[in-house]
Amino acid sequence: MKTTLLSLALLIALTNFAQPVYMTRTGQISFYSKTPMENIDAINNEVTSMINPATGELVFAILIKSFRFERALMEEHFNENYMESDKFPKATFSGKISNLGNIDFTKNGNYPTRVEGELTIHGVKKVITSPGIINISGDKVTATSTFPLHLADFNITIPSLVADKISETVEVKVNCEYQPKK
Amino acid sequence: MIATKSTLILLTILMARIVAAQDDLLKMLEEETAKDKKPDYTTATFKTTRLINGHSVENVAAGVLDFRISHRFGYINSGLYEFFGLDQATTRLGLDYGLTNRLMIGLGRSTFEKQLDGFTKYKLIRQSSGAKKMPVTVSLMAAMVYKTLKPSTTNRENFKTSNLYYTYQVLVARKLNDRLSLQVMPTMNHYNLVPGTTLSNDLYSIGFGGRIKVSKRVTINAEYYYQLATTKLPDTKNSLGVGVDIETGGHVFQLYVTNSTGMTERSFISESTGDFLKGDIHFGFCISRVFTLKDPRK
Repeated sequence: MKTTLLSLALLIALTNFAQPVYMTRTGQISFYSKTPMENIDAINNEVTSMINPATGELVFAILIKSFRFERALMEEHFNENYMESDKFPKATFSGKISNLGNIDFTKNGNYPTRVEGELTIHGVKKVITSPGIINISGDKVTATSTFPLHLADFNITIPSLVADKISETVEVKVNCEYQPKK
Repeated sequence: MIATKSTLILLTILMARIVAAQDDLLKMLEEETAKDKKPDYTTATFKTTRLINGHSVENVAAGVLDFRISHRFGYINSGLYEFFGLDQATTRLGLDYGLTNRLMIGLGRSTFEKQLDGFTKYKLIRQSSGAKKMPVTVSLMAAMVYKTLKPSTTNRENFKTSNLYYTYQVLVARKLNDRLSLQVMPTMNHYNLVPGTTLSNDLYSIGFGGRIKVSKRVTINAEYYYQLATTKLPDTKNSLGVGVDIETGGHVFQLYVTNSTGMTERSFISESTGDFLKGDIHFGFCISRVFTLKDPRK
């Protein structure tokens, strides 16, 4: 009995230990705002994120000032007037893969998934759920997702003067390629 | 008994590991990324490249063309007959362009004395926090003016070079917080020809300026140039300007009052004649419209 329990516990402990945490520093998050007047898109290629396959935990930390726009002034206004990046330099997400049991991190393939967690932007925390796909290819894990965000939910206000140029809802695209963290 | 104990211990360790892993993944990520921190460069110290009359430390970004239309009316104290200055107007049309994010050039034409001007401004040091700490932004500005107004005196030989003027400025600014930015501008104006043999050709002055942000899109600006007494041209006053910047996307509107008539450095710093306190005040405005000629991401 003693031996069985011990070895079982050890086995679980070791299995847990053997599964690495996946990480990226060059993840991509972009967003699109579409209005009849103007389309605005921005991309951030320096997104940091980690996945813990043992627990299904998924976290993101995004530096707001790393979003790049097609016009320098848009970027300045984005940081100065809308996101207040000096006050709120980062956006974070901390969530869980809801169907972890369906994803085999040791087997190549596309796994549709759902992630639920807390998204913090502009100092405002909100629980969101978003569908996505996790692709396993060798020791590389790629996570992709597209979801809408309502700017008003995060206390981001659009002045009436530019209301016809900035959409109240922006489409966010996530594309992160992870490697086992060394 | 012993068996249960050790099992319990093992299980506890195991549980602790799992719980720790859950709680700390975001913390772990932030610790991991704290190592590769980059300097955080201060942006938007001022709304635009000019404070009021003179330059701010701001540049237009690489590939951005800024079309600036400046308009200035007559003195407010000129009375109803002149409709408080609105009957008179001088303008400067300018085109500025960013060669890189730190180097810009510009050309302008003023109605005042029919001046043609050109300048170049380079951002030498950028204020930053984070991995690299730098308290101020420092820009260097050099301008040249060619006065094309026909000379009024014919009793001496008028060389073309007599109409050339040069300005050199060091702009030092600090964004103290998201509301307040301050700037100091040591300046030298060089005149090829001064209106008197005893006068120095190099005129020194020091400017002080700043802005207070009253809302996300509106700032109140002030700018004052003090001319060193030893090199001050006779009968001139120090330049003072107070104004409001209103930013609306691609436009910045600057509305201001100033005792300076000219809009080139040499004319407003060294040749302002209006006495602000006696009401020799011009109302003026500038409209800045930027055009992005090059996508910065390509």
